[in-house]
Amino acid sequence: MATEHATTASDYIIHHLTFLTSKKQESLVDWSVLHLDTLFYSIALGLLAVFVLARLASRATSGVPGRFQAAVEIVIEMVDNQTKSIVHSPESRQFVAPLALTVFIWIFLMNAMDLLPVDLIPTVGSAAGIHYMRVVPTADLNATLGMSTGVLLLCLYYSVKIKGLGHWVHELFTAPFGAHPLLWPVNFAMQLIEFVAKTVSHGMRLFGNMYAGELIFMLIALMGAAWAGTVGSGLLWIGGVFAGTIWAIFHILIITLQAFIFMMLTLVYVGQAHESH
Amino acid sequence: MNLNATLFAQLVVFFILAWFTMKFVWPPIMKALDERAKKIADGLSAADKAKADLALAEKKVVEELKKARESATELRAGAEKQGAQLIEEARQESARIITQARQAAEAEAGVAAQRAKEALREQVAVLAVAGAERILRKEINAQVHADLLANLKQELK
Repeated sequence: MATEHATTASDYIIHHLTFLTSKKQESLVDWSVLHLDTLFYSIALGLLAVFVLARLASRATSGVPGRFQAAVEIVIEMVDNQTKSIVHSPESRQFVAPLALTVFIWIFLMNAMDLLPVDLIPTVGSAAGIHYMRVVPTADLNATLGMSTGVLLLCLYYSVKIKGLGHWVHELFTAPFGAHPLLWPVNFAMQLIEFVAKTVSHGMRLFGNMYAGELIFMLIALMGAAWAGTVGSGLLWIGGVFAGTIWAIFHILIITLQAFIFMMLTLVYVGQAHESH
Repeated sequence: MNLNATLFAQLVVFFILAWFTMKFVWPPIMKALDERAKKIADGLSAADKAKADLALAEKKVVEELKKARESATELRAGAEKQGAQLIEEARQESARIITQARQAAEAEAGVAAQRAKEALREQVAVLAVAGAERILRKEINAQVHADLLANLKQELK
């Protein structure tokens, strides 16, 4: 299964972990670079999700629903119930609930790209002259941190909106330890750490799961690629089929669970922004 | 694992998709769900009402049946009583008519007997004279023996 660009296992893995970039990234952080593959697949899947849902919504019936509508309704009711139990402001829910739905479905779809054969789209891309392509946007730290940063901005927005700027700033310096002036720096530092930890762990959790999952799919693909006509390589090939099946089935759970966790944490963080310490 | 501008692009896309969902996906589906919930609630309450109505109607039917049965029994009892009364009246009437007829017949018979007796008595004198004449072979003047004959007539009474 190794492509013409990857002759060894190491080359194969590195090739599969290389993004299609707008220009070569020189340092660890380079704000002038874009991952074109991540952007393409995340936007395409996002648009697919919202347009299919919007199409369904425009012809949603209050009578007997079709199967697809019923399935979407199950998801929506689940999201709605979770939102109601976590975010207690009905006004905020008008935006937060649809946001949670978007997050859940979008991330689920992006994760589900992991279930496509790891070499399928890159091989097609190679044939078309695109030599690097990663098809799982959530295995890109930029994508997951981008979304978790979005959640952070939402938290800040709702903190200021619900509590008022003065009250919120006051809380930044007086919670969690107390209002004594000596404690102000400590409180503020704790608050900053909390925000950073929340955001980074939020994005990292999804990224880590999907990255690891993708990597394991590649390793399994390498097992299959070991086929060379000998008995040993034949056994490896059979092992590859076996492991690939097991891992893909397990991954159905992981992609759904990670999408759900990301959605729930989004709701929890936004809900926390509504509560005073 | 490099950080770059993809992060911000993803952030923007994130909010655009969420906004789109809020605008075009969430409200219509929620509306449909709420409407369906209302329809189901209405249907259930209508079913409850129908059930209550049915129970009420059944109760009413039972009551009406009971009433009808009672009135039928009453009617029959009345009719029987009236029939018995009619029969009793007829019996009394017929007994009265029979008695009356018997009395009339008896009276008539008495009168007839009296009349026959009277007629016979009237004839007694004549018969006695005729008998005496035969015995005596001569005419008897009835006028002469008028007192005697009158006495005989009296005795025959």
